Amino acid sequence: MTAIFLYGLVLVLFIISTFKDPHKSKQALKISLQTLIKQMSRVIPMMFLVGIILAVLNPAVISLMIGKQSGFLGILLALVTGAVAHLPSFVAFPFGASLLAQGAGYAQIAAFVSSLMAVGVVSLGMEIDYFGKKVALLRNLSAVIVSLVFALIIEGMV
Amino acid sequence: MSKSKLKSILKAYKWAFILPFILVLIYLFNHEMGTTAAKATAKNFRSMLTVLPPILMLIGLLDVWVPRTTMIKYLGHGSGIKGILIALFLGSLSAGPLFAAFPVAAILLKKGARPAYVIFFLGTWSSSKLPILIYELASFGKMFTLIHVISNLILFLASSFLIEKLLSHSEIQQLAAVENS
Repeated sequence: MTAIFLYGLVLVLFIISTFKDPHKSKQALKISLQTLIKQMSRVIPMMFLVGIILAVLNPAVISLMIGKQSGFLGILLALVTGAVAHLPSFVAFPFGASLLAQGAGYAQIAAFVSSLMAVGVVSLGMEIDYFGKKVALLRNLSAVIVSLVFALIIEGMV
Repeated sequence: MSKSKLKSILKAYKWAFILPFILVLIYLFNHEMGTTAAKATAKNFRSMLTVLPPILMLIGLLDVWVPRTTMIKYLGHGSGIKGILIALFLGSLSAGPLFAAFPVAAILLKKGARPAYVIFFLGTWSSSKLPILIYELASFGKMFTLIHVISNLILFLASSFLIEKLLSHSEIQQLAAVENS
């Protein structure tokens, strides 16, 4: 669904752009291709690395480590796991729900989900390429803190 | 393409050659783990390909069609609360993993958007994507999702201004100079 929508949207925009100014369209295509070549050198290894990490860490192992009784340590562990892992959200949420069903705690899952979406250790190299070391590290640090606060709010509520 | 450019591209792609090789090694040592890893990798590629190429094409179009003055007007230093809302809107409408947001953020910066707004845009991208919220609601319920979105948005907004404050003038100029290619 997402794919059809995104590709369709881009195709329509590209056709409009070409009608208005073929030269600009050609230039846009060139910029996109250059970015693609640059990104793929980072993205391709990332896809493999994540696949390998996922195979090593299976749901049973994870839910054991971040169970309801695991407390603050479990939250930290979930934070780190989420930061290192790299799942698309539409996989991560059902995955998180299945971890809950297997005995993981709500606060721990909150830490995991939030840091999974906002902290990127695997993509850090790419982020540094774009924004420099300082901004990339600060942004990830802020995302760790944000995720921790969110998890603690959930912990306080349950 | 010149020889040296080709060489630097091949060098950048080093890990793209090494990691498949590692995957094969894992498979040889442990068939089951290797298969799981290969399947997960294939899944990653599929979800990446649904979002990344069209987003990069959008960036190309944005680069040639949106003038710098327009970007400054809507996301620049003087744009105020409007800039924050636009960053929130752009991030919320997005789909795809955070790394797909990096080139988008880079082009916004290049065109004159304020760093704090762009960092906030990355924050909204990583916490309140509307298409993804539906999955979160279904998996964890209303309360969890609501607290997640509200706490993340408030904290990311605060931290994006804080990060901007911590940057020197030259570091901010460097940010805007980053090229996509």
